[in-house]
Amino acid sequence: MIKYLIEKEFKQISRNPFLPRLIMFYPLVVLLIFPWAATYEIRNINLCVVDNDHTTYSQQLTEKTVSSGYFKLTAFEPTYQQAMQQIASKRANVILEIPPHFERDLINRQSANVLIASNAVNGTVGGLSSEYMADIVTDFSSQIRHEWVQAGKEPPAVPTIDVVSQNRFNPFLNYKLFMIPAMMALVLTIMTGFLPALNIVSEKEAGTMEQINVTPVPKFTFIFSKLLSYWLIGFFVISVSFLIAWIVYGFVPVGHLSTMYAYAGIYILTVSGMGLVISNYSDTMQQALFVIFFFMIVLILLSGLFTPVNSMPEWAQWIAAFNPLKYFIQVMRSIYMKGSGFVDLIPQFFALVGFAVFFNLWAVISYRKSN
Amino acid sequence: MENLQHNETITQPKKVIEVNQLVKRFGHFTAVDHLSFEVEKGEIFGFLGANGAGKTTAMRMLCGLSKPTEGKGKVAGFDIEHQSEQVKKNIGYMSQKFSLYNDLKVWENIRLFAGIYGMNDNDIKEKTALLLEQLHFEKERNVLVKSLPLGMKQKLAFSVAIFHTPEVVFLDEPTGGVDPTTRRQFWELIYEAAEKGITVFVTTHYMDEAEYCNRVSIMVDGRIEALDSPHNLKTAFEAQNMDEVFQQLARKATRKAD
Repeated sequence: MIKYLIEKEFKQISRNPFLPRLIMFYPLVVLLIFPWAATYEIRNINLCVVDNDHTTYSQQLTEKTVSSGYFKLTAFEPTYQQAMQQIASKRANVILEIPPHFERDLINRQSANVLIASNAVNGTVGGLSSEYMADIVTDFSSQIRHEWVQAGKEPPAVPTIDVVSQNRFNPFLNYKLFMIPAMMALVLTIMTGFLPALNIVSEKEAGTMEQINVTPVPKFTFIFSKLLSYWLIGFFVISVSFLIAWIVYGFVPVGHLSTMYAYAGIYILTVSGMGLVISNYSDTMQQALFVIFFFMIVLILLSGLFTPVNSMPEWAQWIAAFNPLKYFIQVMRSIYMKGSGFVDLIPQFFALVGFAVFFNLWAVISYRKSN
Repeated sequence: MENLQHNETITQPKKVIEVNQLVKRFGHFTAVDHLSFEVEKGEIFGFLGANGAGKTTAMRMLCGLSKPTEGKGKVAGFDIEHQSEQVKKNIGYMSQKFSLYNDLKVWENIRLFAGIYGMNDNDIKEKTALLLEQLHFEKERNVLVKSLPLGMKQKLAFSVAIFHTPEVVFLDEPTGGVDPTTRRQFWELIYEAAEKGITVFVTTHYMDEAEYCNRVSIMVDGRIEALDSPHNLKTAFEAQNMDEVFQQLARKATRKAD
């Protein structure tokens, strides 16, 4: 009996004008475009310099700033007020003001001040650009001190400590390596959670659901035939994603593929359960889409996909604790980057299994009630 | 064989549908109010009533789609409340809304529903060829159902509903919006099915169709107000045709049509 139902699902999916393309192109777009766009690195910050000193050192500082690659010099302004206008008109993001007597103070007093003002409308950009700027200035001062020591002009005033940091698991801080496993989790959520939910609601809307309900097909079998089809699609899509990550980015998971497939299997059960719950409470596609849209945003923003869950306020972390996507993203990142094995991911395992049981039980209970 | 079965029906008429004091309530609203009737094997039973009289609700209970609030019902010998899965194996259903799969081809729809009722691939193939020939649908075999004209769709839906030769077939306004010629052809299909021993339970708003039925019941406000052959009903209500019978009864309705 189920053979005929699965045959039907695949015929319908292949004839749908939209679904086969979505299944093929969605992972492609998500994995080829998003990792480049969703970058944490901030570059090409527009810089406006107010140089009140006009000396060799002030010019050297400006040059050093521009050559760092983070900043793009867009204007020289004579005064700070005029520089602020550059910021107001969005032509500049950061102002570097070098005060008069910068070189003289530096030589005579061995210390000088500069002013860094950054536009913090976007807090991340503002914070990062002043941080970059501060780094450059610190670097500049130690460079000068080094020159003086070599020239025998001055002994180093303060003993300096060099901090060497070592980045484990992602040595070059490649944000793509960080984003791609999470993107795969996102693709899987849509393919195996929300697509089957929409499919079920569309049969309700068309009335074919009722036609099937008067046949001897048990409701469970009917729903299962749909889920199974989308599970197969889900595994296909995630395999394609692994291939893309390898061919395009050269990323191969450090851990075992089998661990990844096992966790993907549990996660698929979880999200399809969630999708079923949504489909049970929705009578029309429109209704289902709104609910899905709402959940999608909550799931993504509270998953640690873009912003780390640990830096959220505590109440938000509590909400995030009920987000299955968060756990699956952790799993994907850990296996891909750290090579975590099953034992390392036991907490996530129990969380995901718990969600799977919870959502599927809820789906079964709410399904009975709707009849 | 056919003769023998025929004799059997004459000697001891088999009840295919038995309904006793069936009630369905939605909150305080009683959609179906103590319904009792019987339908015999091979009968064409017309189930009439104004919109909102409770026909569809009653039919949905008989098909095992919804549970009765009170009362008993048996379809094809199985209890509608406790053996609904057995009931479903022995009935066909054609809903008001066209509900074959629009994005499947004609043969694929037949194959799907036949497969669901447990027929094997070979039987399905043979019987599909036969059916398409009978309906003169050979050319449409590979056409997507959504591009068929309405009349053809309804004929196909009916044929799919009786493809597995059920005991009873439930037809919920099968000819709504269909042209007179196709309606006639449709009733020919119904007669053919009845001759094969399939009991037909049909709702309709066309009074000329009511005349084609062996027996007709007329529902008003959730209750059956009249049940007899069209001939006897016309005599009893001193009416020229079924339309007059219906008008006299429907006038009593206090419930608003939906």
